[in-house]
Amino acid sequence: MLSNSSMRTPLGRVRGLGSAKSGTGHFWLQRVTAVSNLVLAIIFIGVVIALAGRPYPAAIALLSQPCVAILMLLFILSACVHMRLGMQVIIEDYVHAEVPKILAVMGNTFFAIAVGAASVYAVLKLSFGG
Amino acid sequence: MSVAHRVTGTGLYLGTVLIAAWLVAAASGPVAFDTAQAIAGSFLGRLVLFLYSFSLIHHMVGGLRHFVWDLGHGYDPETRMKLAKFTLVTSASLTVLVWIVALVLR
Repeated sequence: MLSNSSMRTPLGRVRGLGSAKSGTGHFWLQRVTAVSNLVLAIIFIGVVIALAGRPYPAAIALLSQPCVAILMLLFILSACVHMRLGMQVIIEDYVHAEVPKILAVMGNTFFAIAVGAASVYAVLKLSFGG
Repeated sequence: MSVAHRVTGTGLYLGTVLIAAWLVAAASGPVAFDTAQAIAGSFLGRLVLFLYSFSLIHHMVGGLRHFVWDLGHGYDPETRMKLAKFTLVTSASLTVLVWIVALVLR
């Protein structure tokens, strides 16, 4: 099939077999979430500083304010997307065997979604009244 | 420095488990939250928090460097060296500053 006697051109034979064609999308989303993380992480650091050593009622009062809760939710979303993409690049760079690589990339997605879901649940529960 | 970006990124990745655990503790009620606060306030907890804050700030400042490169600037050896030094000095100073502010305000 891949012999030189094939009627198909070399380009025709490989077309459609290569990348998943999501490379630029991955690159761009990594940059978009990097920009949003930059802003949201600074806010997050501010919130954590404001919470440091606070007793439960004061901490809950701050976390359940709509503005704070919305910003935390945005940060969770942005950070989880960003970290999933970043870890995928690391996995693809260092894990070369096909099956472990697929399992690691899949596990990476599960991890990011699990962390994100737990965090979103907690913030929503807090802001909807504990 | 590229490796540092990956190391801090991986640290931040794994540490999200702790942040999620802390948020879930806050959502679970005062007993769980006080336990989480006590762990975070212990010596080991503060050490982890300090390293985590440094990793976060280092990754953020290091990320600015990537924005510079994405825009097509700063590829020559001299600028790369300057950017690397800038990343280290800025992230270390900002981390100390954040901790001073946090300790003064509490």
